[in-house]
Amino acid sequence: MEKLSGGDILIRSLADEGVECLFGYPGGAALHIYDAIFRQQRVKHILVRHEQAATHAADGYARSTGRTGVVLVTSGPGATNAITGIATAYMDSIPMVVISGQVASERIGEDAFQETDMVGISRPIVKHSFLVKDQRDIAETVKKAFYIASTGRPGPVVIDIPKDITNPVDKFDYAYPDKVKLRSYTPALRGHTGQIKKAVQLLLTARRPVIYAGGGVVQGNASPQLTELAKMLNFPVTNTLMGLGAYPGTDRQFLGMLGMHGMVEANTAMHHADVILAVGARFDDRVTNTPNKFCPSAKIIHIDIDPASISKTVPADVPIVGPVDTVLDEMLELVKAAKERPDRKAIDSWWKEIEEWRSRHGIILNPNYDVDSDMMKPQEVVRALFEATGGDAYVCSDVGQHQMFSAQYYQFDKPRRWINSGGLGTMGFGLPAAMGVQIAHRDAVVACVTGEGSIQMCIQELSTCTQYSLPIKIICINNQALGMVKQWQDMQYDSRYSESLYEDSLPDFVKLMEAYGHVGMRVTKRSELKAKLAECFAMKDKCVFMDIYVDPKEHVYPMQVAPNGSMRDMWLSKTERT
Amino acid sequence: MKRIISLLMENEPGALSRVIGLFSQRGYNIETLTVAPTEDSTLSRLTLTTMGDDHKIEQITKHLNRLVDVVKLVDLTEGSHIERELMMIKVRATGSQRAEVKRCVDIFRGSIIDVTASVYTIQITGPTDKLNAFFQAVGEASILEVVRSGVTGIARGEKVLSL
Repeated sequence: MEKLSGGDILIRSLADEGVECLFGYPGGAALHIYDAIFRQQRVKHILVRHEQAATHAADGYARSTGRTGVVLVTSGPGATNAITGIATAYMDSIPMVVISGQVASERIGEDAFQETDMVGISRPIVKHSFLVKDQRDIAETVKKAFYIASTGRPGPVVIDIPKDITNPVDKFDYAYPDKVKLRSYTPALRGHTGQIKKAVQLLLTARRPVIYAGGGVVQGNASPQLTELAKMLNFPVTNTLMGLGAYPGTDRQFLGMLGMHGMVEANTAMHHADVILAVGARFDDRVTNTPNKFCPSAKIIHIDIDPASISKTVPADVPIVGPVDTVLDEMLELVKAAKERPDRKAIDSWWKEIEEWRSRHGIILNPNYDVDSDMMKPQEVVRALFEATGGDAYVCSDVGQHQMFSAQYYQFDKPRRWINSGGLGTMGFGLPAAMGVQIAHRDAVVACVTGEGSIQMCIQELSTCTQYSLPIKIICINNQALGMVKQWQDMQYDSRYSESLYEDSLPDFVKLMEAYGHVGMRVTKRSELKAKLAECFAMKDKCVFMDIYVDPKEHVYPMQVAPNGSMRDMWLSKTERT
Repeated sequence: MKRIISLLMENEPGALSRVIGLFSQRGYNIETLTVAPTEDSTLSRLTLTTMGDDHKIEQITKHLNRLVDVVKLVDLTEGSHIERELMMIKVRATGSQRAEVKRCVDIFRGSIIDVTASVYTIQITGPTDKLNAFFQAVGEASILEVVRSGVTGIARGEKVLSL
């Protein structure tokens, strides 16, 4: 059997696991591992400029491919810098393996240089974690980590490795295990047949049904099944922020996103529904508004791989624990075999009501912003981006108003195209996530929609884009303020803009881009927008930053009335309510 | 309502901190906690008591089950069960009190396990309410020190918690 050092075993295990690249940043406790990387060709390392960006990049890589993202950082500050990105991945159930160097075993607990208790600090935001104590455990630990991270409800797994465990001197037998079994971890492989039958019965008798599909459908690769089921039954579909793309965004049956900034037609349909089929969604507080006013007359079918997500905030009438793809497959078969169909008349009249809401309030049909204003509106920038990219770009978003405008106005027809931090809402996510996406899809069009606030939280990554020639298109919707904060201050704090303005301190982004060897463009007039966007996307091999000045007064609408509102209670503009 | 949750988990470093961390992270309370290895040295048995309504307990058990280290779990209060707690208590015992305390210990079927001229060290086992009743019987004024193991328990009859 081949004999390798701990560092070599680690990197070889990654290669044998099928890892193509990892995102990381070297440092003392990880140097043996970095030396092992230097000695091989199979696993490529992407050097970021800050460990937070390494986790976001691995996250973007994972979201866009469905494969597990891999991060390598050093101990102490390297590990703590990675925490925000690990928490981001945890909240959105993204498969990720984070390897952190640790001080040597005999130094642990002595407050050694760059020592931090990574397993302890990361505990509440990981699916599981390992501290490796013996070189002979490395290969199996890696196998377990990938298995846990990528199965069941996916999530980040930390492997903390003390420096002595990766030393180049001591050699051990290496064999990568084919599979691994954990007696305490057995994710469900299929749903309960009786429950699935019950669910189908309920669907077939529904008169005002809505399918509410979340990120689990994207993660669980169940978009084809979801689409087929919706089509077969002619049911309306709404997606959560995380689920956008799970059902084709331009399809007639799609009602748009639901929730706090969801479409009126989606939220109203949910409120009046008699049967809700929730698939891979978790009834987040940004979706349900006040839980006890949520969908008062609906029977709820809830499919989720994670039993803890079911009946957490809203009780499910028909809970189904299982992978969304196999459960939907079974449902499809049962629907196909069933003789009865939902009452045609009832469904037709339900659609009539929905079309009525849509024609009155649908923001794609009737944009809810002033198209003739002096200043450009952020919504029209997103619309122009949608047109310039043929609706087929990977859109990586940061967090804030621009994120909501993108979710509302960029119609995603495919899953894994909309990459954003939904659960944690991490500003600074967009650019590094876009790097991960671009590295996974070298020839794809990757846009990072951001604001002048978010982009400055990970702007150092422009340097990484230079090093790896990543032609990301950064669409900065510049409203010269922390827009979402300012919107809440407008609505709830009598427009007292406490620390949400920068007072002329913004950098010249065009010059900044040039300093990194990229291209910067500034757009201030509506008349230039389309031509400049076309010019930007024509530069196929360049990283381009479009600094687009928009109306700083614009708010995101619709917006659910909170606190104590129901799904259908929404602000439609600064003055109108439903 | 008080619930007794008993679980088998991997006897590995970090497992206990994950269980406890879950409670603080999600805002649940732990009233008592006991943990020790079982006859299978790779497994630890952990028993904890917590308060909560059905919804809360369901969430707690689901989240505990989600932990990779937790192998099996049971809510003992769901069925008929036996619960025990061990208490050692130092009581001031001088003069006429000595006989009185001794009688009290006998009534509660405890035992005096250490003696000095002025102090009895008493051991009592039983369900929590029995131990609480002993406090009242012996008189709180004479109690010098109390140490309790926390509740542990097992299901009645043939039901077993094992792999």
